[in-house]
Amino acid sequence: MMPLSKDRPFLALLLALVGVALAMGLLAGTPFALSRYLANAIGQLAAFAVLALALDLIWGYLGILSLGHGLFFAVGGYVMAMYLLKHSFVVTGTVPDFLQFMGWKDFPFYWAGFEFFPYALFVAVAVTGLIAGIFGYVSFRSRVGGVYFAIITQALVYVAMLLMFRNDTGFGGNNGMTGFAVLFGWPMGTSGMITALAIASLLVLAGVLVGCRLLVGSRFGALMLATRDDETRLRTLGYETLRLKLGVWCLSALIAMCAGMLYVPQVGIINPRVLSPELSLEIAVWVAIGGRGHLAGAVIGALLVNAVKFWLSFAAPDIWPFILSGLIVLVVLVFPNGLMDLATFKLVRPMGPRRAAAALEEGR
Amino acid sequence: MAVTALLVDGLTVRFGSFRAIDALSLAIDYGEVRAVIGPNGAGKTTLLDVISGITRPKEGRVLFDGAFDLTQASDSAIARAGIRRKFQKPSVFEGLSVRQHIAIGADAGFRRALDAPALEDRVSEVLETVGLAGHATHLAGELSHGQKQWLEIGMVLASDPKVLMLDEPVAGLTDEETERTAQLVRRLNRPDRAIIVVEHDMDFVERIADRVTVLHEGRTLFEGPMDKVRADAGVIEVYLGR
Repeated sequence: MMPLSKDRPFLALLLALVGVALAMGLLAGTPFALSRYLANAIGQLAAFAVLALALDLIWGYLGILSLGHGLFFAVGGYVMAMYLLKHSFVVTGTVPDFLQFMGWKDFPFYWAGFEFFPYALFVAVAVTGLIAGIFGYVSFRSRVGGVYFAIITQALVYVAMLLMFRNDTGFGGNNGMTGFAVLFGWPMGTSGMITALAIASLLVLAGVLVGCRLLVGSRFGALMLATRDDETRLRTLGYETLRLKLGVWCLSALIAMCAGMLYVPQVGIINPRVLSPELSLEIAVWVAIGGRGHLAGAVIGALLVNAVKFWLSFAAPDIWPFILSGLIVLVVLVFPNGLMDLATFKLVRPMGPRRAAAALEEGR
Repeated sequence: MAVTALLVDGLTVRFGSFRAIDALSLAIDYGEVRAVIGPNGAGKTTLLDVISGITRPKEGRVLFDGAFDLTQASDSAIARAGIRRKFQKPSVFEGLSVRQHIAIGADAGFRRALDAPALEDRVSEVLETVGLAGHATHLAGELSHGQKQWLEIGMVLASDPKVLMLDEPVAGLTDEETERTAQLVRRLNRPDRAIIVVEHDMDFVERIADRVTVLHEGRTLFEGPMDKVRADAGVIEVYLGR
């Protein structure tokens, strides 16, 4: 891996993210400020980019494909929603819709303490760590990997969705949770709040990006790549890869959780749809399109695909699935490293007879 | 008197109803280069798989230094004990540089075994030994087949192993590369190290091996120096004569 100071695309992206955050902060309140819609969209895109980084860390650098990262995103999102509702209730006295809908007079007992953000954050980290830890330990210990692991993660997120669709769980059921009025004592929905959330998301994105870069550039990162390329080889050199995989897997889950916590106050609602297999699949698509195994690629992929999606959901909502599918086919056939192939002008031809023969030879 | 490094004792490995290794017993001493030869399916690679902890035997045990039963230990624990193996198919990390490979091989665990200058020295020394000093910054994916073989030998050599297993180290190499590998293996031979080589190239085996074990259908068919192996009627019958 090239040294950080020479990694121009990475530094350019980092500078752009911080620059946009800075500009949004400086222009806030002036006539040149971004529209509320645009500021909000930027914030949501940044949250998705954090989610893409979480997946790229384990898929691109460790070779573990998760098709269930929406689960950890949802844990962060749900806990954030619980904090927002409880906090809003304490400040304004508004009873959340889902309580009235269920005819309950009071919050379920397990909502106790959620008006305190540090406690909510602790719960989010604990739940994410517990789910990721147990699931990862059981899977990696049994040497479950590849497509089998991907399928199990997909099943896991689906099970979680079915659970959250139930109305009696006390988490909003199929309607989800909405009506967030106050965040850290400040009213939601104002221009200032929207801008602040977007800036916070951009800065978290920049921070996670730098953190991931330092990790993959370190000696530990080299061991991650070694695990990806040939795990048995690394194990028979004396490395206990279970610990390495479990550690990075949990870290990735926590990053996805952070993304969920950033996303929910900006979109103003959480419901079980974030647990649908489609979202989890889409994260992999963002990363694949941007360039798996490149941190900047994952961020750009998430930003680009979601920006197009935001725009098309107004312009032509029906054709979005076709565009997405088309992009996937293009990546699979022409750009195995996603947009990163474009950046280096290294147009790789689809597998011709000669390369196919070479691949066959190698796999012998 | 030679000290036994590995003692294989009544080992049986079954895959379904097929006995890959059948009540095999053999001893490998420190200071020797032992070649294990035999026709395909004789159980050569399976034997290495058991020693390196990748395959669990049905019966029997493998004692390292007379005390450590390898059949009860994990592959990474076996490696940390000082038993290293080069795989049949060159197994390198395509995305890492040659230097990083040797450093990973020398460190052997998440805690650093060597401090930074000592690691540097060790890496340079190993690169020199396997003849890849000029390729230190290249990615493994850019190396030729022969260079990958040497890189993997360097990787398993970097930790100074007590037992070194080489599974087909000259498969697919040119004559010149085979010659270099033979010299390398002889150089690696030390009184406190046992080297096990699985190979089909008989001239190579003759050059490097102190003793040869011929496996056939999971059992020892013959054991002795190469000239005796070549003369043995049973070996000619099942293997060399064909």
